[in-house]
Amino acid sequence: MTVEMTTRQGAAVAMLSGDVDLERSPLVRRALLEALRDRRPLIVDLSQVSYIDSSGIASLVEAYQTARKQDTPFLLAAVSPKALRVMQLARLDRVFALHDSLDDALAAV
Amino acid sequence: MIETALPRDAAVLASLRVPARPGSLRLVRRLVREAALAVGADGDWADDMVLAVDEACQNVVRHAYGDTAAGDMVVTLRRCDSDDAPAPTLGGLQVDILDYAPTVDPATVRGRDLDDLRPGGLGVHLIGAVCEEAGFVPPPPGAGNLFRLVKRFAKNPVRR
Repeated sequence: MTVEMTTRQGAAVAMLSGDVDLERSPLVRRALLEALRDRRPLIVDLSQVSYIDSSGIASLVEAYQTARKQDTPFLLAAVSPKALRVMQLARLDRVFALHDSLDDALAAV
Repeated sequence: MIETALPRDAAVLASLRVPARPGSLRLVRRLVREAALAVGADGDWADDMVLAVDEACQNVVRHAYGDTAAGDMVVTLRRCDSDDAPAPTLGGLQVDILDYAPTVDPATVRGRDLDDLRPGGLGVHLIGAVCEEAGFVPPPPGAGNLFRLVKRFAKNPVRR
């Protein structure tokens, strides 16, 4: 599992790849919270997420709550079918701002 | 709670003993996915079962051994046969997760409100969303806790 950070149009983009599970989700948590420190909008691209569990979802939720508290835009882009399924089971698919593609998310910032 | 159970000697598809640590979960997921496909599940059903078993194993990893050095957990998979009580189905999986840690109080393992999104609570919710039956059953002598998950194929399989 890797987290690749880039900048697009002034927003931070975190591309997650692989299994976001109990072993790897702490890495995601740290990377997202770190990215929020400079208060730029944060987009998380989930297109390459092959697996995500409750700990991975919790990392996203924590980042979302942190962003909200500081009024920083936080968006999820290109959620993979597997990731979307877990979000639906967790009833969180309506809580997050989900965008079909990274470009859509960038346009929404 | 668990209303039905396969006989103890019901054919075991596979049994995997791993350290109860986060790094073991990937292996467990691979095994559960292959076992689900082997008993005739489609990819989506298999993915759901993988998630449920992973979440149950996470509870062992997080809670069972506490501050002591992690012990092992044993994941055992059995096929649900079509002759199962209470109603015949087309099959499914029964997965048992055994540990050797101090006995857990089941009252402390409850799904939580989604507003209280601590990972442990969400995991129990996900297990319940996927499995028809999930809960603690009496472990064999000498063991700690035995958590059982049962997911059956629908009688008339419907694409979700």
